[in-house]
Amino acid sequence: MGEFQVHRVRFFAYVPAGIRCVAHSPRSARLALARTDGALEVYNFAANYFQEKGIPGHETRSTEALCWAAGDRLFGAGLGGDISEYDLEKLRVKYSLDGFGGPIWSMAADPSGTQLAVGCEDGSVKLFQVLPDKIQFERSLDRQKGRVMSLSWHPSGTRIAVGSIDLLRVFDVKSGHAIQRILVDRRLQGLYSRECVVWSVAFLSDGTIVSSDSVGKVQFWDAEKGTLLETHPVSSSAVLCLAVSEEEDSIVVGTSEGAVYQFQLLPVKWGSAESKWVRTKPFQHHTHDVRAVAHSATALISGGLDAQLVIRPLMEKVHGKGYDAALRKFTFPHRRLVSCAKKAGLLLFQFPQHLELWRLGATNSAGKDGDILPVSRAPEHLLQLKSKGPEHICCSCISLCGSWIAYSTASRLHLHRVHLENGSVSVKRVSKVPKLLCSAHQLLCSADSTRLFVASDQGAVHVLKLLEPGGCGHLQTLRPNSGSAEAVYLLAASADGDWLAAAGGDWEINIYSLRHFKPHCTVPAYNCAVTALAIHPVTNNLVITHSDQQVFEFSIPDREYTTWSRKVQQHGLHKGWLERDMPITHITFNPKQPAHILLHDTHMFCILDKSLPLPDDATPLMNQTSLKQLSEKARRGHAHAFKICKKYQPLLFVDLLEEGSLVVVERPLMDIKTQLPPPVQQKKFGT
Amino acid sequence: MAALCEEFTLCGLIASAGAGAGPGVLGLAPGPDPDRVLLTDRGRTATLYKVSDQKPLGCWSVKQDQTITCPAVCNFETGEYIAVHDDKVLRIWKDEDVNLDKVFKATLTAEVYRIHSLPHTEPLVLFKGGAVRTLDALLAAPQQEIENVISDEVIRWSEAFMETQQPVLIFTTEKNGNYFVYVQKVNPNILHKYKLEQEESSHPLSFTAYTKNKILTLLCLYSNGCVYNILMSPQQSVPEEEQILSKSLLLKIVVSDTVLKGASLAILDKDHVAVLGCLDSPPNIAKECLSIWNTKFQTLQTSKELPQGTSGQLWCYGEKFFLTHGKVLTVIVYKCETSSLAAAVGKLKDTQTSGMRTVSSYVNWNMLPEEDLASPHAQQSVTAKTESKRTLRSRRNNVAKVQRDTLTVEQLLSDIKDSSQNDIEEELRQFLSNAQMSDFQTTIGYIITGLVNRCKTEPTFYPRNCLVQLIQTQGLSYSLCPDLMAVALEKTDVHLLQLCLQQFPDVPEAVTCACLKAFLSINDDSLQGTNVNLDSVISYMDITLNDQVKKQTETVQNGFSSELMEEDSCDIHLTPKPHVVDTEELCPIGPQKAALLNAILRSAYSETFLLPHLKDLSAQQVILFLRYLQYLYIKCSENVSMDFPGMLSPTINQIMDWMCLLLDAHFTVVVMLPEAKGLLFSLHKFVRAQVRFYSELNKIEGSLQELQRIKPQKDFGLYSIEMLELV
Repeated sequence: MGEFQVHRVRFFAYVPAGIRCVAHSPRSARLALARTDGALEVYNFAANYFQEKGIPGHETRSTEALCWAAGDRLFGAGLGGDISEYDLEKLRVKYSLDGFGGPIWSMAADPSGTQLAVGCEDGSVKLFQVLPDKIQFERSLDRQKGRVMSLSWHPSGTRIAVGSIDLLRVFDVKSGHAIQRILVDRRLQGLYSRECVVWSVAFLSDGTIVSSDSVGKVQFWDAEKGTLLETHPVSSSAVLCLAVSEEEDSIVVGTSEGAVYQFQLLPVKWGSAESKWVRTKPFQHHTHDVRAVAHSATALISGGLDAQLVIRPLMEKVHGKGYDAALRKFTFPHRRLVSCAKKAGLLLFQFPQHLELWRLGATNSAGKDGDILPVSRAPEHLLQLKSKGPEHICCSCISLCGSWIAYSTASRLHLHRVHLENGSVSVKRVSKVPKLLCSAHQLLCSADSTRLFVASDQGAVHVLKLLEPGGCGHLQTLRPNSGSAEAVYLLAASADGDWLAAAGGDWEINIYSLRHFKPHCTVPAYNCAVTALAIHPVTNNLVITHSDQQVFEFSIPDREYTTWSRKVQQHGLHKGWLERDMPITHITFNPKQPAHILLHDTHMFCILDKSLPLPDDATPLMNQTSLKQLSEKARRGHAHAFKICKKYQPLLFVDLLEEGSLVVVERPLMDIKTQLPPPVQQKKFGT
Repeated sequence: MAALCEEFTLCGLIASAGAGAGPGVLGLAPGPDPDRVLLTDRGRTATLYKVSDQKPLGCWSVKQDQTITCPAVCNFETGEYIAVHDDKVLRIWKDEDVNLDKVFKATLTAEVYRIHSLPHTEPLVLFKGGAVRTLDALLAAPQQEIENVISDEVIRWSEAFMETQQPVLIFTTEKNGNYFVYVQKVNPNILHKYKLEQEESSHPLSFTAYTKNKILTLLCLYSNGCVYNILMSPQQSVPEEEQILSKSLLLKIVVSDTVLKGASLAILDKDHVAVLGCLDSPPNIAKECLSIWNTKFQTLQTSKELPQGTSGQLWCYGEKFFLTHGKVLTVIVYKCETSSLAAAVGKLKDTQTSGMRTVSSYVNWNMLPEEDLASPHAQQSVTAKTESKRTLRSRRNNVAKVQRDTLTVEQLLSDIKDSSQNDIEEELRQFLSNAQMSDFQTTIGYIITGLVNRCKTEPTFYPRNCLVQLIQTQGLSYSLCPDLMAVALEKTDVHLLQLCLQQFPDVPEAVTCACLKAFLSINDDSLQGTNVNLDSVISYMDITLNDQVKKQTETVQNGFSSELMEEDSCDIHLTPKPHVVDTEELCPIGPQKAALLNAILRSAYSETFLLPHLKDLSAQQVILFLRYLQYLYIKCSENVSMDFPGMLSPTINQIMDWMCLLLDAHFTVVVMLPEAKGLLFSLHKFVRAQVRFYSELNKIEGSLQELQRIKPQKDFGLYSIEMLELV
């Protein structure tokens, strides 16, 4: 049925950056996440936690605080001392404004979303007014000694709790005076620490201030009287972050030991009006510092320096065993970081600041399932391309023949011509790349390597012509009829060069005719994020996967969903398929088997055989091992459309080379962990 | 390899009234057929026994004031018995004769030393003066003059045998420490006289002789434990002067400075001799034993201790030894195979056939299954016919035996009520030998209950062998004979108790405790002679060391060591007293006691029921038992497997359980007792060391388990090409 030589690649030494801070917007059900390399990601909780937007990092930008304000506007501030607003349509920093207070450690928006309070190194808290197009400095609160590590608005918007070193203060916003000064004990259970950093504070509507500090305790204070209400020793090391649920009945804290604890406000007795904060659930999903936590309505969200985003649903808040009830851990971006030159057998790996080009190895023997074949030619690291400047690479691609490499940073597109002759590699930068007005969000080469498609803002796709021996020119710009404002982030071109499909941030998929350079049609709107696109080389059917795990097949010539796609929708996909927690990130086809669609996510890859019946919920989805034990004849009766292989994990990329062998790029988590700095020393039993 | 097999008692020896010669046997002669012997005691009685049945067939006595002076022999030609009483009165009688007064009588003119009867020839009569006559010649003229051959020499030993169809009589005489050997041929009458080489420090104890290739060989056992070989050739014409016989050393039985006393020697075959004697080496207690030696390889083949003492007389007929052991005449069956080097060094496989042969020689036809009875009957009738002159009594005996073959339980039970101990034993043996009944267990139960009931009513009745036999059928349990152990306890029959504890699955805790108490209170010395099964002890105790052990422990039992109060860490500073260290290594009790206690340790119990009874032990008993348990525990821990080899030895868990139980039951007592302090201290120290060791092991186990959990991930390297099939 399908036997492949698999190139199992583990030399992609990608290490995701640690998570520095998160901001949850309950209104839009989105989570903004900043990494230590300055990259920003936006996860859409409504679309099955799909990472729908990403802004590449920047050498000099380090975001210490994020907040949503004035609707869905996202602000960030960092140790550079700037406050920036992010443009989530064009996926870049809209503007930056110097806070003039030194490095910024904390930022919070007031409950109405019209003011930003910024805590600075110099000990000042500055208020900025959020205007429709910009933010404007309003005033500073009374400057005190010691850097402002954390701050929190009272829900009424009249007071701000500020966490500093060894101190907690309460400011009156109107007067700008500190009305309460609370000393935080340096001790925990008799242990003196050098200083006590109040890493995080939260101001509750009843006037309680919650603080977490570097000594390892979570404390509850009365803001009026400045008295300590409760102390909860949580950790022997620092408690770095805390977040309160909207109802203010639950708090989540993260410690530098990688543990996350939930506190709940529970009645002292059943039916009693008196309630008390109780530490309820511990979770240990991280190996390193948990630098950021958020509390959504149904889940605890934590992000740590081990680069994992963990979404832990609260079982009492979710009903039934559904998609929401699953614990999920995101380590890798929901974007393609690998491109493959199918014809040449080359792989291009995208790192934040450089690209690596590898040639796959070869074997001259054959074997049966499960065999490891002797490698007759080892894989070869051909090339390393370093991007210049502080900006990180946001996308890259290699042409199918392997002769063109394109990559883009936030401000510039780079194109290189690669010559591979008799094992020697030479690369030549194409100097006159047309200066495009906006950044590229996705790059794609046509199958014949004559055109480069550049996904851009406002739904536009630029088509560049690649010229031998090493030049290019702007050919056309394709724009959707509807005039979208969102950037295009997915592209798919047909093998015959006639069609191009582009999916944008508004989840609209436009199909352009490349023969006429004009829109051909739009795929009927489906209200979920598109995770992958591909056009079948033979039938020109567009295969679309969504973050809710739906798979559609759209016939471009006929401008309608194919009968198979309708059948799938009627029959419904298998429950096991729909409950997967990772989006499909890449689709490819096998030209020799037109009925096959190859899909993969982080945990599996699947051959979807359209000629076979779809499984119903009663039959197991993963049936490869049991099928392999059956006879040829019996297999036919039990086989279904989904042929899933979970052998390779975690999977960053799967593609089918021209000669029919598979390329599988794995990045074992253990390899990443060895790259991380050592975690806080913890005593484990038996050691 | 020669070996001693079964041992049984032929008869008891009563101190014969009258003559005052004390208990003992005057002589034992083979009877008219191989299974019968003729026993003459030192009094007035000669008895004919059937050996395999351990039954007397006939018994004849002389009148009150008379004494038999020459042991009775059987004239194989005529089947008559000949004996001499009062030195000069010859009596000849037959089986059917009852009263010796009424049988043939001949009064001789000289005193008779011995009558020797040989098959196919006339018996020879040896007079004390050294003259020899054939019986028929003597009977023809009883009053004939008997010359005196030896002058004031005393005959010590005589023997007759056939040499080239001619009877030869050999006898030794003593005079003033000089020994002379006379060889007398009857037809023609030739007498040789030799003088034995004199030995300074020792004197001959026993003689025996055999003839081979016309050469007489005299074996002589000296009191220094040497067996000498003396060769004689009586063919030579009578020399004028006295010949001095040179002797060559054949065998040295004992090590130097031990003295052999009251010994006798018997030839088994050309390479084997048997020696019965009392070895007396001054520091030790003299012990008497029977041993078989290989003369070819100078090796001791087998040996048996006879703790109750012997008279130093040994007879050997038809692969059986006859000897007096205490107050009984014991028969020991032996087998003696042609010796070879392989056998001597123990490499020869024990062939089954030889064993079978020895067995068949005494296992009688009663043992045979029913359908095979025809031929033994025939055999029996043939023997009956040939011995038509048998007494009526013996025939009646035979009839009884045939009947016993179909012995039923009821008969046996009724016999148990009134028969003698020996009879019951015999009957039971036959009963068990063909016991293949369906309700075997019940039957055995009836029998043993019957026996035990009689034991209870009749204090002197205690059929020990029967009981042992019955228990060894393995068909018994405590509930089948609840009183058995009580009776055994009363008689302090430790062997039986040990058997019971080993065999019974359901001994109640109270009885177990009673046994324990009894065992603990018995003195080790009194256990010395009992035949307690020592199998459970051998694996960890050197039995020969025992004497030394006892001495050691006695000093400690009441002793006090200053070290006992100290913490174990202080051991480094203090030089531990040597005898304290020894207590941990030496067994506080003898092997017999240890074996008995092991039987207790291995018995089944329930803690709740045992605890109250355990409290009955006295403090001294508790200490002793605890000491033994500690010894066992330490011995056990020395083994890698933490257990003793063998089936009967207690396991470490049993030892520890008992230790806990004992401490539980007597905690206050043990705490209060000053002599327990040291014991508890060393026990605690040992246990603590073990706990420490095991906690270390625990840690290692934890770490290893952790390693196990982390499955070694297969390393594929950074790149590999694999085959994958999706079906």
